[in-house]
Amino acid sequence: MTIHSRQRLVVVGNGMAPGRALERLFEQMPEAYGVTIFNAEPRVNYDRIMLSPVLSGEKSFEQIVIHGDGWYINHGITLYKGAKVTRIDRAAHTVTAEFVPTDSLGHVPLEPTVTVPYDRLIIGTGSNPIILPVAGRDLPGVLTYRDLDDVNAMLVAARARGSAVVIGGGLLGLEAAAGLTEQGMDVTVLHLMPTLMERQLDPAAGHLLQRAIEARGIKVITRANTKAIVGAGRVEAVELDNGARLPADLVVMAVGIRPNMQLARDAGLAVNRGIVVDGTMRTSDPEIFALGECAEADGQVFGLVAPLYEMANVVAAQLCGDGAARFRSSATATKLKVTGINLFSAGDFAEAKDREEIVLRDATRGQYRRLVLKDNRIVGVVMYGDTADGPWFFDLLKRDADVGEMRERLIFGQNYAGGIPLDPSAAVAALPDDAEICGCNGVCKGKITGAIAGLGLKSLDEVRAQTKASASCGSCTGLVEQLLKAQLGDGYNPAAVQPMCSCTELGHDEVRRLIVAKALKSIPELMQELQWKTSCGCAKCRPALNYYLLCTWPGEYVDDSQSRFINERVHANIQKDGTYSVVPRMWGGQTSARELRAIADIVDKYDIPTVKVTGGQRIDMLGVKKEDLPKVWADLSAVGMVSGHAYAKGLRTVKTCVGTDWCRFGTQDSTGLGVKLEKFMWGSWTPAKVKMAVSGCPRNCAEATCKDIGVICVDSGYDIHFAGAAGLDIKGTELLGHVATEGEAIETIAALAQLYREQGRYLERIYKWAKRVGLEIIRQQIMDDTERRRALYGRFVFSQQFAQNDPWAERAQGKDAHEFAPVARLALAAE
Amino acid sequence: MNAMDRPWVEICVLGDIPRRGCRVVQAPRGQIAVFRTAEDEVFALDNRCPHKGGPLSEGIVHGRLVTCPLHNWVIGLADGEAVGADKGCARRHPIRLDEGRVFLSVSVIGSEEGKT
Repeated sequence: MTIHSRQRLVVVGNGMAPGRALERLFEQMPEAYGVTIFNAEPRVNYDRIMLSPVLSGEKSFEQIVIHGDGWYINHGITLYKGAKVTRIDRAAHTVTAEFVPTDSLGHVPLEPTVTVPYDRLIIGTGSNPIILPVAGRDLPGVLTYRDLDDVNAMLVAARARGSAVVIGGGLLGLEAAAGLTEQGMDVTVLHLMPTLMERQLDPAAGHLLQRAIEARGIKVITRANTKAIVGAGRVEAVELDNGARLPADLVVMAVGIRPNMQLARDAGLAVNRGIVVDGTMRTSDPEIFALGECAEADGQVFGLVAPLYEMANVVAAQLCGDGAARFRSSATATKLKVTGINLFSAGDFAEAKDREEIVLRDATRGQYRRLVLKDNRIVGVVMYGDTADGPWFFDLLKRDADVGEMRERLIFGQNYAGGIPLDPSAAVAALPDDAEICGCNGVCKGKITGAIAGLGLKSLDEVRAQTKASASCGSCTGLVEQLLKAQLGDGYNPAAVQPMCSCTELGHDEVRRLIVAKALKSIPELMQELQWKTSCGCAKCRPALNYYLLCTWPGEYVDDSQSRFINERVHANIQKDGTYSVVPRMWGGQTSARELRAIADIVDKYDIPTVKVTGGQRIDMLGVKKEDLPKVWADLSAVGMVSGHAYAKGLRTVKTCVGTDWCRFGTQDSTGLGVKLEKFMWGSWTPAKVKMAVSGCPRNCAEATCKDIGVICVDSGYDIHFAGAAGLDIKGTELLGHVATEGEAIETIAALAQLYREQGRYLERIYKWAKRVGLEIIRQQIMDDTERRRALYGRFVFSQQFAQNDPWAERAQGKDAHEFAPVARLALAAE
Repeated sequence: MNAMDRPWVEICVLGDIPRRGCRVVQAPRGQIAVFRTAEDEVFALDNRCPHKGGPLSEGIVHGRLVTCPLHNWVIGLADGEAVGADKGCARRHPIRLDEGRVFLSVSVIGSEEGKT
């Protein structure tokens, strides 16, 4: 065999293992082989480990793609998407594939099959999910959890927000259950064994996990034996052998996988539990390799990514002529990818006579660590709660290191065990160049340090973009940052995050990210989880946290009025003498004789000293005594007037001109649009106040071009402006874009407001947010990305259903009465 | 009941005051702000910020501190002193919590000299 002429390498399967093998092959011998790949799925290679974040909505498919189309083109690979190989003709050295009928290919192939010759063949057909042999398993609504199609089918099913039953309480089953819960389904997990994930966890950690899963509202039934899936025409329920019947609109089977070896068996290759390979990853036909979940090496089949990538390295080395490369199975570590639940397990933790164990348990804090030792060497690790030391224990396990010296402190982890540098960057600096830093993307230390030096990288984002290290699950982010720090010293400035306040080191964006990632739903929980330095925060962070939680969990988070500034707590503006000002809403700046008469009566009745017209086209009553507020509001409510939120970090006014109603220059109904916008958007809380205006023509009488959001009507439609200011700073608006109809204008403005609500830091006005994030990026997300805009709009609409309760009417009827009256009146002559 | 017989006057039960919050007691010589912390301690101060007389009762209560709503002075609940660079002191009043009932010293009712 020579490699002077290009050999033909055909790959069956386009999963992570063959993808990795090709990457390694191209790194070493980019020109040696002409490669053809057959993928039964109609898409490129993606990170299957990250399907759970796609299901839960934390990531999109684009974010988990490993090799985009460009990679295949750059390497001259012929990729057949949606083509399932049906036959290997070993005598003729050919494979034949059938095109899977699918719409998403966008075309109908001219030929139904294709036959391609090979010199070398790689089989990476992966595995199939196990389907329980119960009645009803074929009913519509019964799914497995294996690929993107399954995830998409689940996402469609979840839209109906019904009940789901997940059969299988292993890694995949629990991730599916958590994802479906995130999508709003009512989920029950059935597990045959007494504790969850019993293959990776001991019973103690299994119970902790069950408790955490149940705390998310997922029902868990252990020792559950599924008898049948029932339904007329589609799934309706799952029946257990104890007679229980669980209603279900969706059933997900996640009970395990089975190597997919039909093709190899048909070709006459040796198969057992999987396709049998030797240490060089060759099958019984030396020209054919097998790797991944379909391969059986050393009598074992594998399902976790680390050994599969190891197989890929061996296949690549063999293809490059390194006949000495051999696959050795090594211990693997498991992490559950359910946000907010941290567990880690590795090795073997069954009890045995010659084994000892060290256990650290703190049930209240949900902490559990168990190390299994044999001859002073770690053979098993189970961790629940704080898993930061997992990789360190795992490294000791893999290296078979003698831990006798540090046994007493070992369980407390790397920082306390001694013998290891306390400085984390020193520990990272001591790693060899071939130490793997990012397991998801297989990036070793040398590649990262090489890229930092060679390309002059300065930030985490740049390293992610150039090497993909820490770009997938992100659990190695800390290590990558240590490498940057070790190499750049003071030149590495981790974004110079400004802490929210002196109660924390975290910045606003970090806190918002963690609220989502850790599903934090109350201020005490957040302060506990994010290790606030004060017992209950301060006047700076509490209102910010209250807003972030309210914005992130609409309808779910219970507003903490004690964390609101007084104006928002009593829904009026405090004045310098402790009295309040009251500004009722006048939609689009329009009012009526009835409203004006009511205001006049109220001013007389409550002896209100000052009445003033505001800059936002409404009327301010100043000097109202606090105890009079509920009575004033009751009188305003009686004529249908509601709070103008003149005190709120929220939508204030929508100023308008008279537009086509009256003005001879008006091009559109600017008053009408202003009223519609105000009626649609009032009540929404935002990071800082939002003032809007709609002008009926470019003469701009409503002064829309210095507002947070402004509309200038023109003949052809509506110019939408944003990021203006006319206060501390004076700044004209920027043009967001042009839309033709009133409906589009409303959708666009609501989407913009929602983006600001989600990204703006507390007290950061729109113009400052836009400057920080970038005008162009905002324009792209709102104007160019239709799907994004619709999603933002949808979230705004969803949130509004909980926001539009007139706080004045509520308080006129007695809500928060304690805010408005003294708790006691003490007279001089106490009786 | 004569104030001489009992030096304390009951003003409310603890539950009347929100945690990390405050209620006002209207006394003959002005308002008294009665604070309740997250740890259920109670404190009483004149409802006047030493800075510009802002109503401390309307401030955000955090730890054993309150931030005045007018200009963000931070006042210690236990001693009434302004925290940090600001200088000033809000007058304190003796307060007692007994089995969930809150008592102020009767001195708050009386004249400048104390008891009636």
